[in-house]
Amino acid sequence: MSAVVAKAAEAPETNPAQKLLEVRDLVMHFRVGHGLFGPPGLVRAVDGVSFSLARGETLGLVGESGCGKTTTGRCVLQLENPTAGEVIFEGRNLVGMEQAQLRKLRNRIQVIFQDPYSSLNPRMTVGQIIAEPIAVHGLERDPSAREERVRGLLVRVGLLPQHAHRYPHELSGGQRQRVGVARALAMQPSLIICDEPVSALDVSIQAQIINLLDELQADFGLSYLFVAHDLAVVRHISDRIAVMYLGKIVELASRRDLYEAPAHPYTRALLSAVPIPDPAMEATRERQVLTGEVPSPLNPPSGCVFHPRCPLAIERCKREAPQLRAVGSAHQAACHLV
Amino acid sequence: MATLLSVSSLATQFSTRSGVVKAVDGVSWNVEEGETVALVGESGCGKSASALSIMRLIAEPAGRIVAGSVMFKGRDLLALTEEEMRKVRGREIGMIFQEPMTSLNPVLTVGRQLTEGLEIHLGMTPTAARARALELLGMVGIPDAQRRLAQYPHQFSGGMRQRMMIAMALACEPPLILADEPTTALDVTIQAQILELMKSLSRKLGVAMLIITHNLGVVARYADRVNVMYAGKIIEQASARELYANPRHPYTEGLLRSVPRLDEPRRSKLAPIEGQPPDLTHLPQGCSFAPRCRWREARCLESAPELAAVAGEWHTSACWQAEHLGAVAAA
Repeated sequence: MSAVVAKAAEAPETNPAQKLLEVRDLVMHFRVGHGLFGPPGLVRAVDGVSFSLARGETLGLVGESGCGKTTTGRCVLQLENPTAGEVIFEGRNLVGMEQAQLRKLRNRIQVIFQDPYSSLNPRMTVGQIIAEPIAVHGLERDPSAREERVRGLLVRVGLLPQHAHRYPHELSGGQRQRVGVARALAMQPSLIICDEPVSALDVSIQAQIINLLDELQADFGLSYLFVAHDLAVVRHISDRIAVMYLGKIVELASRRDLYEAPAHPYTRALLSAVPIPDPAMEATRERQVLTGEVPSPLNPPSGCVFHPRCPLAIERCKREAPQLRAVGSAHQAACHLV
Repeated sequence: MATLLSVSSLATQFSTRSGVVKAVDGVSWNVEEGETVALVGESGCGKSASALSIMRLIAEPAGRIVAGSVMFKGRDLLALTEEEMRKVRGREIGMIFQEPMTSLNPVLTVGRQLTEGLEIHLGMTPTAARARALELLGMVGIPDAQRRLAQYPHQFSGGMRQRMMIAMALACEPPLILADEPTTALDVTIQAQILELMKSLSRKLGVAMLIITHNLGVVARYADRVNVMYAGKIIEQASARELYANPRHPYTEGLLRSVPRLDEPRRSKLAPIEGQPPDLTHLPQGCSFAPRCRWREARCLESAPELAAVAGEWHTSACWQAEHLGAVAAA
C-alpha cells in the first residue's frame, strides 16, 4: 500500500535504535456527504504525514482546528483505520495488524483526552475507572492487589488514596484530569498521546498538570505525542515540534530551531499571533496578522496548501506543492522559499 | 473623560441544591467613555455573572441580583422596567458572546438579524436598514456583502460569524460594547484578526469596551484597565501596564507566573498555583484565596481583606500583604 505513496524526506532523528514510534506517509481520508445533500466529497484530514518519536521524547503536534493533528493521534492509536501509510510502534506496523495482536501491543499506547468531564464515566467511582483497564487486560487479577495499585497510582498523580471512592462530578477539572492521567499510567504504557490535555483547564491548574506530565516522563521514561494548539505550552513540554496545516506537516524542528528560527511562513504567523501577557511588550511588538481563513480540507488549494494566505506566495506556490526538506541539521520545512 | 458605566456593590446569587452561591459578591468598578476595561478571572470567578447582571439577563428565579446599582449614563439599570431595559440592550450596550453559533438565530438570514435591530431601535425603513447592514459587513471585513446578507449563520465560518456578531453589536452605534470571551472559541490566527478588528473599530468609533476573559495575553494587548476577580470578588484593580509590571495580589502574581511565555527563556519547571479553585458553596471564612496562597498567615484565615489602594498610580489590592508583595517584587 505504501509503495504507491512517494517516499517522504527522512525526519530529523536522534539515534534510530531509540526509535519508539515511526509514522510513515500516513494518509487518512474520510468520505462525506453521500445521500441527500450534494455530491460525495473526500476530506483529506491527514495527507502524507511522516515523523518519528524516540523513547523518552516529546513531540509536539501543533496547528489550528481541522489541521489533522487529532486525527493523526487517532491513527497512531488505531482508533482510525488509515487510508494509507504505516504506524510502526516498538518495531511493528500496527496498520492492518490482526486484532488480538493489536490489542496486546496497543496497551502500551495510552491516551489522555482534552475534556476530563466527558472522558470519565460518571457512574463509576474514580477507583473503578482506574482499576477497569487493569482488570480487563489481566495486568493484576487479585482484587486487593489491584486496589493497592489504584491507590499507588492516585498518590503518584497527586491525589489522595481516598479519592478512589469519589465520583468524577465530585472533583474539580484539574483533579479529573489527574484521574485521566492515572488511568493512562495504569497500563504501564511507553507512549501516551496527549490530546489537548490542558486546554479545558483553568490557567492556574494548567501548570500543575504540565509539571505532573514532566515528572512522570522523567520517572517512567515515557514518550509523549503532545497534540495542542497553545504554542507556549507546546514549547514548554516538547523536545521537537511538528506544525501541521491542512493535513500536512509544514515544519518539523527541534524546539530551539522552531521557536528561535521558524522557517515556514505559517509557523512565523502562528507565533506572531500569540498574545504575550505583558502590555509593555505588546505595545511595541510587530504583528503579522494572517488574512483569510483555513480553507476546507474537502477542497484544498492547488500547489502549496498555504499559498492563499501566505504573505510571501509566488506563482510557483500555486502550481507546485513543496516537499518537506531539510533546512538545517534537525530542521525541516515545506516551503519553496526557504 | 466621563464615567459611562459605574457598578457599585453589585451582588448576584444563585440558589443551587448544595446551597446559595454568591457568584458576584459586592463588586464595584467602572468604565469611562471610550476606554477598554477587562474583567479577568478563571471559571466560576463571577466575571460572566457580572456581565449578565449588568444586562439583566440573570436567569430567575434560580439567580437573583440581591444588592448594588449599575449606573449607566445617569440611570440605574437595575431599577428599569423590562420594557425600558430592552431598549438598552443592543441600542445602548452592544453584546458579543463567546460562541457565535449559539447566539445567532439559525433560521433567520444574516441580513435579517442585522436589519431587525436597526428597524426596531432606530426606526429605519427596510431599505435604509439594508444599506446600513451592507456598510456594517464591509466595516467588519466580510467580503461579498450583498450575497452574504442572504445567507444563514451555518454558511459562515467561526471567524466570519464572530465578525457578524461584531457588526450586530456595532449596528446601533452604542457607546459601550460588552464582549464575553469574544475569541475563546476561535483559532489563534483568527483570534488575532478579530481582536485587531475590535480594537481598531473601538478606537475609530470611540466605543468603550468591557472585555470579559480568562486570557491574560488578550488582556495585555487590548485593555486599558483591568479588574481581576476571584471567588465572586474583585481582588485587584490596576491599569494594564501597572498590573503586569507590579502585581500586588498573590493570585494575580501567581496567574502571571504560571503561564509559559513565548518571549521568555523556557523554564525547566512551571510555577503553578497549588490547590484547587474554590468551592463557591463552601467558601472559607477569611480570604477565599488563602488556602492556595504562598504568603498566607494567620489573619488571612480569620478575616478577608477589603480592596485598598496601594502605592503607585490607580491600583487597589485585597490582600493584607499588598505593600509587602510590592517590596518583595522590587527587591
